[in-house]
Amino acid sequence: MTAGVDLGQPRTQAIRSDEDVVRVRQLVRTVAVAAKLSLVDQTKLVTAASELARNTLVYGGGGAVEVTTVDNGLRRGVRILFADSGPGIADLDLALTDGYTTGGGLGLGLSGARRLVDEFDIDTGVGKGTRITVTKWAR
Amino acid sequence: MERVPILKIGDILLVSIQVDMSDQTALQLQEDLAERIVATGCHGVIIDITALDIVDSFVGRMLSTIASISKVLDAETVVVGMRPAVAITLVELGLSLNGIRTALNVERGMELVAAARADESPYDHELADESDEAETTGSP
Amino acid sequence: MALTAEESGRLAALLSEHVDQVTQRWVETVAASLRGRLSQVELRTQLQELHRAIVATAENGVVDLDAEHAAELRAVLAELSRGRARQGFSATETAISVFALKDVLLELLESHGGESTLRDYVAFSGLIDAMGLFTFESYVRTREGLIADQAEQLLELSTPVVKLWEGVVAVPLVGTLDSARAQVVMERLLQTLVDTGSPYAIIDITGVPAVDTQVAQHILKTVVAARLMGADCIISGIRPQIAQTIVALGIEFGDIATKASLADALRHVLRLTGVETTRRSRRGA
Repeated sequence: MTAGVDLGQPRTQAIRSDEDVVRVRQLVRTVAVAAKLSLVDQTKLVTAASELARNTLVYGGGGAVEVTTVDNGLRRGVRILFADSGPGIADLDLALTDGYTTGGGLGLGLSGARRLVDEFDIDTGVGKGTRITVTKWAR
Repeated sequence: MERVPILKIGDILLVSIQVDMSDQTALQLQEDLAERIVATGCHGVIIDITALDIVDSFVGRMLSTIASISKVLDAETVVVGMRPAVAITLVELGLSLNGIRTALNVERGMELVAAARADESPYDHELADESDEAETTGSP
Repeated sequence: MALTAEESGRLAALLSEHVDQVTQRWVETVAASLRGRLSQVELRTQLQELHRAIVATAENGVVDLDAEHAAELRAVLAELSRGRARQGFSATETAISVFALKDVLLELLESHGGESTLRDYVAFSGLIDAMGLFTFESYVRTREGLIADQAEQLLELSTPVVKLWEGVVAVPLVGTLDSARAQVVMERLLQTLVDTGSPYAIIDITGVPAVDTQVAQHILKTVVAARLMGADCIISGIRPQIAQTIVALGIEFGDIATKASLADALRHVLRLTGVETTRRSRRGA
């Protein structure tokens, strides 16, 4: 990294294709390194981002991601917002259950990603798209 | 789209994943490997993921599928070189990679393939004798 | 606790007009409370600097500790508390360095103040309270940092990963395992497996007095993670009470190998790795 990451300035990435999911992973990794997350925490966050970005693409019909460095006074962290305007999730509890899938995957995307981050917030409804915000704090 | 190269070393196909794979690349690798196993008649597949800094559920599923396909085609698959951070994350994610043999590095992976082949060769007396005495080093 | 523009102006004037008297009295008061553990010269330099920062901020307009132009004042206060915390002064001794200014100001106001003396004193007091609290916060933060550093050093010391045999490493765990330490142990162990290419690890918990659900989960996760990497873990030295806890908590150890002692575990691993031990025992028989 030559330019460095402008902390506090959100960085965005559209999710329209397979390659974009790769780009999301790389973007999240860059920001997580700059925010000084430990190697294990970086790995967890990037993995969660990969799952959620794929969901945005496969279930939400594409969308965008916004990555921000946050600071709560004590610790630094990385916050990622995944937004799509797809069909939304009808039964959230069911979607968050391990092993439940409508897309032929392992059904670990949402539930697994939630376990990998410190904060997980989801705003969805049938017909109004899905917005998922996750945060990982540096230890 | 990038393609992951598959190398043939003796009776083993070696795949060393060096790029951050898109889902398409992963699916392509799955197909390519099945074809190469049949074409070469190899009995071992080693997938080196030392360079991968994450394994998500999609890649995890690809690894499981490759292991199952190769089993049907009479080849043993060993995944080698998983990083500690990746392993910890997979445990947290809830992905157990059932049915996949793993080893710390390529060298151990080759030993594992050889040991697995030895177990399955009851007609080869020398090997059979040895494997009766020594317990295998394979992980469960 | 912000001062109005007029109050700020009067504070600046009061402090800068009587520089020598203020610093002298201030140093005396603080020095008495620190009982000579800090040299007069050092103390004087610190308080003069603080004095300058207060005057500069007050001259700059409204004194408000949260304001942007008070950054320098905050920096001076933070530096002062950091220094005190590092040198082992108590929180009270640190805060007094700031609060002592109140007495000095009261004396000054009594002898030089005009009509608004009382109101000014209350306002100045408010500001000094805010500065004192800020000092206290910085002090606590520094101490927390020190404690965290020490805890980390302790962790480093208390979690050795040792090589027992070719391809066998062990972590002898001693003392209480909390979640943070269990996590460090887990990462260290897995990294050692990679670095040494060892397919076997023994986690010896003889020295662990108690195990709760969280710690047991951490150990279990380590074992599963090691398996994903192609290594096997054996847990040894489980005390009777811990065995009871594990069963009572309903924690499933599943097919994880457990042995009574580190020696048993090593024997088990050596048998698994095969040929060598088999030959030896044959020779012995």
